[in-house]
Parts: sequence; C-alpha cells; structure tokens
Amino acid sequence: MSKLSYVRTEMLPEQAPPVAQAGIVKWLRENLFSSIPNSILTLASLAFLYVILSHVLPWMFQSSWTANSLSECRSMIAAAYGEGTHGACWAVIRERFLQLVFGFYPAELYWRPIVAFILMLVALAPVLFDKLPRKMLWFSAIFPFLCFWLLWGGSIWVPIVALAGFVLGGVAYALIGAKFGNLPATIAAFLVPVLWWLLLANPVSNGLHSIIPLGLEAVESAKFGGFMLSVLIGITGIVMSLPIGVLLALGRQSDLLIVKAICVGFIEFIRGVPLITLLFVASVLLNYFLPPGTTFDIILRVIIMVTLFASAYMAEVIRGGLAALPKGQYEGADSLGLDFWQSTRLIIMPQALKISIPSIVSTFIGLFKDTVLVSIIGLLDPIGLTTNIRADAAWNGIIWELYGFIALVFFIFCFSMSRYSMYLERKLQTSH
Amino acid sequence: MANAKKMDVSDEVAIQIEKMNKWYGSFHVLKDIDLTVYRGERIVICGPSGSGKSTLIRCINALEEHQQGKITVDGTHLSSDLKNIDAIRSEVGMCFQHFNLFPHLSILENCTLAPIWVRKIPKKEAEETAMHFLEKVKIPDQALKYPGQLSGGQQQRVAIARSLCMQPRIMLFDEPTSALDPEMIKEVLDTMIELAEEGMTMLCVTHEMGFARQVANRVIFMDAGQIVEQNEPEEFFNNPQSERTQLFLSQILGH
Repeated sequence: MSKLSYVRTEMLPEQAPPVAQAGIVKWLRENLFSSIPNSILTLASLAFLYVILSHVLPWMFQSSWTANSLSECRSMIAAAYGEGTHGACWAVIRERFLQLVFGFYPAELYWRPIVAFILMLVALAPVLFDKLPRKMLWFSAIFPFLCFWLLWGGSIWVPIVALAGFVLGGVAYALIGAKFGNLPATIAAFLVPVLWWLLLANPVSNGLHSIIPLGLEAVESAKFGGFMLSVLIGITGIVMSLPIGVLLALGRQSDLLIVKAICVGFIEFIRGVPLITLLFVASVLLNYFLPPGTTFDIILRVIIMVTLFASAYMAEVIRGGLAALPKGQYEGADSLGLDFWQSTRLIIMPQALKISIPSIVSTFIGLFKDTVLVSIIGLLDPIGLTTNIRADAAWNGIIWELYGFIALVFFIFCFSMSRYSMYLERKLQTSH
Repeated sequence: MANAKKMDVSDEVAIQIEKMNKWYGSFHVLKDIDLTVYRGERIVICGPSGSGKSTLIRCINALEEHQQGKITVDGTHLSSDLKNIDAIRSEVGMCFQHFNLFPHLSILENCTLAPIWVRKIPKKEAEETAMHFLEKVKIPDQALKYPGQLSGGQQQRVAIARSLCMQPRIMLFDEPTSALDPEMIKEVLDTMIELAEEGMTMLCVTHEMGFARQVANRVIFMDAGQIVEQNEPEEFFNNPQSERTQLFLSQILGH
C-alpha cells in the first residue's frame, strides 16, 4: 500500500470534552494575574475599590434612622460614633417614606393606590409570562378603567361609560363590517366611540349616577405624587407607546402616501423636540387650544405627552427591527395567501419585535426615568418632593440620602425591566 | 418513460400567460412572454442567471408585478385586486431558494399557519393534515423542532410540506436546490419527483438537468428575458435548435 492511500476502518466514537482543571488558583491565575501588567491593574483596582468603600460603607452604616430632624440626626451620630463622624441620616427616608410613595394622597385612602398597584401586577402578569392562563388577559383589559377609578375615585359610572365606548366601537365594527365591508367598518369603529365619549358619555354617566349613586371619594390630581405618580405615568406610557409605535412604524413603511406622510411628520417632529417642551405644552399651552370650560386633567395631559414622545422613539426602534427582517419572510407569508394584517401579526411583527427587544426595553427604561422631568412643571414626583422636603426647616440641607434613595428605587425598577428583557430574549431563542 | 409522462397531462389550462412584459425601472426584464401550462404538466425552466426565469414564475403568484399582458391562473385573472391575488396565492404553492420558513414558529406551526388563518380550517384538522404531509416528506419526527435546528435539506422539505398543506393545485419552485449541499440535493429532488408522479402541476426553475430529464414533460430555455426555446426534454437535450441553447447546454453539461 502506498503511503498516500489510507482507509479508515472504523469511525471514532464521540468523546466528552476534556475536563478543565478546576480550582480557584487556576481561575485567579487566568483572570486576575495572567501577566505582570494584568497583576498591576488588578492590584490598582483593588486599591481603588478599597478607597471608595472605606468612605461609603461607614457613611452608610454609621447612620441614624430614628432622628426627627437633620440636627438631631447629626448629634445622634456624633454621640454614637464619636465627634466628627460623617454618617447618613436615613431618618428622613423613614419619616417621609409615605410622602415619597404617595405624595399628598389622603392618608386614610392609601389602600386605594396599594390595591391598584397589586392589581396592576396581576394585570401585567399574563402579558409578561405566556404560561399563565390566557383568560387573565380579560382582567388586563379592564384594569386601566379599574385603576383610574381606584386612584381618582368619583362615580363608578365614569370608567364604565368610558369602557362602553370601546364595546360600542367593537359592535359597530362587527355590524357594519358584515354589511358594508372592511373600510366603512374601520371608520365606524373609530368614529362611534369618539362620538360617544364627546357627546353622550357625560350625560349618560351623570344620569346613571343619579339613579344608582355608586362611587368612591374623589381625589384631585394635585394630591398625587411620589413614586405612585412615577409608576402611573411610566407604566401607562410604556403600555400605550408600544402599540402606537408599532402602528407608526407600519405607517411609515406604508404605500399609502398620506398615511406615510402623517407618520413620518409625527415621528420626526416629536423626536426633534425636547420632552420638557412637550411637558410645558401640556401644562400651559394646551389650555389655550381646548374649548373654554373643558377641564382636562394635568396628569392625563402629561401621560399623553410622555406616551407620544416615547411612541415616536418606539416607532423608529421597531422600524429597525422591520428593516432587519429578510425579504424572504414577507414573500414566504405572501406566497401562502396571508393578507397584510395576518402576515404582519403572525409573521412580521413577532420577529421584528423580537429583534428589537433590547432597544425597546432601553426606550422603556428611558421613558420611566424621564418621568422625573414632570417635577419641572410642578408635579410632585419624588424629585419634585425633595424640594418640598428640603424646604422643611427640619430637613434643610439634606441631599445625598434623598437622591440616593430615589436613585435606588429607580434602579430596582429599571434593573428588573432589563432582567426581564434578557429572560424574554433567552425564551424566544429558537435556533439550537 | 416519455409516454408515461405525457399520460396525465390534461387539456385543461392551468396557467395562461399572454404577451406579458415586465420592467424593473427602465430595465426590460421580461419581453412578450407567451406560455400556456396544462394541468398536470411539469415544466423546467432553465437559462443563464439574469435571464428572468425567477421573475417569470414570481409573476405567476404576483410576488412581482407585471406591467403589460395578461396572466390567468386557474381561471382567475391576475389583476391588482388584492382579493384576487390572495385567492391565487392560496391555490399556488411556492418553494424558495432560501426556504423562507418562519424561524419563530415550530415546524408544525409553520405548516398549520396558513390553513388555519387563510382556509379557516380547525386547528386539530390542520395539524393532522400537516403531519400527513410531514410524513410524506419523511420528517414527521422533527415536527416540534424549530427551522433553525434542521439541516438545509430538511428545511426545504418542510417548505414543500408547508406549501402542500394548503392543498395547492399548482406548485412553483424557485431554484429549490441551489442553496443546498450535494448530499441534500437528492433528498429534496426525491420529494419533488414523488410529487410529480402524483400529477401535480409544477413549474420549476432549476439547474438540475438530471431532474429535468427524469420528470419534466417540457423544458423551457430563457435568455435575456425571452423564451428562446421550449421542447420535450429528449429533444431539448439531444437536439437543441437555437445556437444560444446549444452554447448554454455545452457549458453546463460540458464538464
């Protein structure tokens, strides 16, 4: 047999990969002390960490939780840890905790936001985790109206009549769709609820209320504040901006010239304007444009502006996802005879949204943090409240503790969103 | 063999293309295409790249729009009316070079999606049909996997099964084996041959000349947007008339 020819007589079986030599020493060598420059960097970083922590940790823990004013705080820390010790005065968080959470919401009604918050978790659960029974989504659909009623109080008929608008829209769509086709049905589904809300909703809910007076004590928007306000604006903005963003992104790609022009104009305008400007428009200017006598709640106005602002960004993020989809996906869906909305809903959007999850969640996090900007137009979100708290003689001069606490709470919210998005990405991973 | 191939072709017209012209911008891609496809016919379309063969079959289910001429599929005139287009697409199956399976859906869901949403078939029944066709393409055991977990040949067979689940009367193949390794080409071709033997009307853009010889009853050669020559495979390969066809055949068969 010549040296060049070779025949394998048996195939090699699969083997387990070699077990890496484990052990902490090996890990340290590889990751921290692999070379002389690396060792120097490791030691320098350790020294840096030591300097930082040796200042921060004593400040955090040599602290006072029980004092009732800043000066009392300082004297308590001096008594406990020696004169000249700098310690945190966490007492301000303890004393103002309820205010930071609820603002000036009446204390005897705190149960209402608490119930609303718990129900919000229940309503969000089936949206976030698809293992839960799908019937829970019905509750998620009703929840916004329930939440509105719980927070603002008033007659129960107001949210019910508002909800009826959507039901009427659905009924109009079904009835007119069966008789006159798709386009008139869509127009009717849009017009009927709007007419209902503008013309009939008020008298109907007043009438019903005079027959069956059911309701909660009303709380006005000026009393809303604290993290309750941030969560209210943030979550509403997040939940509303995604569907609006999807529609804007689709509109921007549409062949219909007018739809496309409106979407492009809206996106470019909103993205080109600072959020603060929009908030000022909401707080000041909008009143000039509304018919005299209409009262349009300030929180509602702010929510609308924040939502519009976020949905313009959302639209661009989703457009990125749409652009990343191979053309073959559209063709595959088309070749099977799916119509535009079917292929968008079943094929295109699930993939485009999946691609854009990281950027979508970034936008959500940005929106949630931007809610503190409402302090500029005088709403009492946590940042707005810090000014109030420091205006109190007892706490004048306190800075780090308040902002640190607010930062921590925001971090917890934003970090959970980021973790959830990573979970979602892992779950939707379908190759290998 | 040639006789057996002719037997199941009926006189009924499946696709009628008359004087069809298409432009990409100012570039004239398809010029005066006239083509009649009878029910049960298996047509192979070949030609150099850029000759318009893919564009031609993509016009049949309106993935590409044509600007002049008339296309009638199964008696339905292909106009710009979306209802007509969707009706034709649900009767005409198509397989692509890159499979175009939906990566976010399992194999079974890929197959049941269109029957459920377009044909409004109950889920259970659609799943039974899907399993039937997955067995036919010999991968029923992969039904719960996702496309990304399958080999190219398996994916293309799923794509064929997905089209068959719509119970189409005509199948279009757009270079179904060009993106596959040699070992996988055979498994896909075998599936297509089986389909041809059952009498499916097929239009197939391919460079697999062995396949053309074995199953086609007509081979069409296109160049520069025109049909240059068409004939039965025996004649086409052994006795090509046009010079352009002779050159093409000598190039693809000559090595």
